[in-house]
Amino acid sequence: MELKEKLISSFMAFEEKIDFHQELHDVRSQAIKNFESKGFPTKKEESWKYTSLNTILKNDFSVFPKKENTIEFAEVKKYFLHEIDTYKVVFIDGIFSSFLSSTSHDGLDVCLMSSALNKPKYKIYIDEYFNKIASKEESLTSLNTAFASEGAYINIPKSKVVEKPIEIIYFSTGSEAALMVQPRNLVIVGENAHVQIIERHQSLNDNPVLTNSVTEIFAQKRAIVDYYKIQNDVQTANLIDNTYIAQKQESHVSVHTFSFGGNITRNNLNFYHQGERIDSTLKGVTIIGDKQHVDHYTLVQHATPNCESHQNYKTILDGASTGVFNGKIFVEKEAQKTDAFQKNNNILLSDKATINAKPQLEIFADDVKCSHGCTIGQLDENAMFYMQQRGIPKKEAKALLMYAFTSEVTGSIKIPELRSKIARIIADKLGVKMGFDL
Amino acid sequence: MLSIKNLHASIEDKEILKGINLEVKAGEVHAIMGPNGAGKSTLSSIIAGNENYTVTDGEILLEGEDISELAPEERAHKGVFLSFQYPVEIPGVSVTNFMKTAINESRKARGQEDMPANEMLKLIREKSELLEIDRKFLSRSLNEGFSGGEKKRNEIFQMAMLEPKLAILDETDSGLDIDALRIVANGVNKLKSKDNAVIVITHYQRLLEYIVPDFVHVLHDGKIVKSGGKELALELEEKGYDWLKA
Repeated sequence: MELKEKLISSFMAFEEKIDFHQELHDVRSQAIKNFESKGFPTKKEESWKYTSLNTILKNDFSVFPKKENTIEFAEVKKYFLHEIDTYKVVFIDGIFSSFLSSTSHDGLDVCLMSSALNKPKYKIYIDEYFNKIASKEESLTSLNTAFASEGAYINIPKSKVVEKPIEIIYFSTGSEAALMVQPRNLVIVGENAHVQIIERHQSLNDNPVLTNSVTEIFAQKRAIVDYYKIQNDVQTANLIDNTYIAQKQESHVSVHTFSFGGNITRNNLNFYHQGERIDSTLKGVTIIGDKQHVDHYTLVQHATPNCESHQNYKTILDGASTGVFNGKIFVEKEAQKTDAFQKNNNILLSDKATINAKPQLEIFADDVKCSHGCTIGQLDENAMFYMQQRGIPKKEAKALLMYAFTSEVTGSIKIPELRSKIARIIADKLGVKMGFDL
Repeated sequence: MLSIKNLHASIEDKEILKGINLEVKAGEVHAIMGPNGAGKSTLSSIIAGNENYTVTDGEILLEGEDISELAPEERAHKGVFLSFQYPVEIPGVSVTNFMKTAINESRKARGQEDMPANEMLKLIREKSELLEIDRKFLSRSLNEGFSGGEKKRNEIFQMAMLEPKLAILDETDSGLDIDALRIVANGVNKLKSKDNAVIVITHYQRLLEYIVPDFVHVLHDGKIVKSGGKELALELEEKGYDWLKA
């Protein structure tokens, strides 16, 4: 049976098993209908022109986790930001692991989507926020909505500055021959509140995984949200990340996406402005090789005046890898004095690597500042010679140069331990050991 | 120290060096002067191992060993240093971290352990004082946003850190004001010893008032057309290079 049919037929059984209030059942029925009529996206669609899911969909994925699995902390410690204290919401094969997690209800909610969906005390939040900014049209988001039952639920009340970062980690153990998981995260950040979140998906062996994740983030007035996505999974893991962000006035939201691993990774990152003087930052570093494929599809919807958006994506492609950057900036008629900036720099290290870069600016206001720049090049030979002249061997010089190339993005990571961790992953990825913490 | 014999080199089939002979002994300072396009920078690049150029004939011996087939980093490990005319900017990598990497890579190549952190700090402090470099400067990204003078001073700082046997200063005086020139020259003079050698490549005589050469060579159209003592530099300053064309 094809995956689409399998999902649709599973849906009924799934709904009967699960006890939600009627509104939620209605949302899910609508969602599965949308998925049923549209199916998985294909290259015929403009927004999926460069990314095909065909090879992945041939796997016989289990669509429900069968049993609870456990992992020893020592085994997975390296995937955490273990040098500092953090809140942790951890899932194993889609099921919450209380053992690895460190949740909280003390002055904030860092807990589970399943609780939020089920417990009456969260109903007002679910009614107000759940599936409110996520697309009702996009088929993969609908598919997630139809099955949404578990993930992280984070609710930061007004004026709360969360001192510890929150880590959301999804592990796959490979106990299923092939597993599809559909995490659903909801993040609500109150007025003047401040939070830092790190999200990661990690397979622990080479059995194929398909993750179709949806995250909704709501930033209220003057809220500050820094969100980091670490994508450094094994090369049999596939990730479709759908993130939707709604920002109220004067809020600042940044999303940094670090894509180093995986087979096929697709990031759909959407920002919607709902107030004035909003600041949105979208940054990414992609370093891949072999036959890896990373597709960044970003949208910033400038709908209100006096807002800014800053995009900066750096890509280094080796082997027969493929990178895609499609950055859409939409400036509505009302959004005067918009300042939208987009930069996309790409380095190709091999003749077989491909980059598809497509800036897409649609501007309907007349008093705006919008700029975009896209470059595709090779490593600077003069810089290589300079470093080699100082005694740094070619391989290390190359690594240092690539690190330098990404520094505009890595430099703005606000958690020092995370910055070092990313630098170490980059050094590792480039196969070097530098004499200092990159 | 350095012995260049009948060196011919070309870039994209265009011959730039047409038979250079040069003997530089330990403890000596040589100046190579000449008009633009004579091949001065090419010569320095080739000694340092720039792979954009092809050596078509001749040899480059460093302490008797032919280095013309070695990679740039291998030459650096053997003690060749080139102060670049246009130092490259490397964002995100501080001067200190760059030097740590460079020094430890050289040590690794010589089979030594990494330099202990406290020793490294001491060395950095000592050498930055020599070049009158502010501490804050060292934590800035390498050459990024540096003024022309700062870049050159930083080159000589790196030279001081790496303590090369053979230092080639390619147009180090360009972009320097008189104060910076004095600091840079002072740094080079203090690093000079009977065991190392310096080649100063320059278009003008100005730098040579501060770094006094033992020998001056005039390079023209890929060949050394005249050699002499330091007085030759003054003569060139007076007469210019036009006489070469005659």
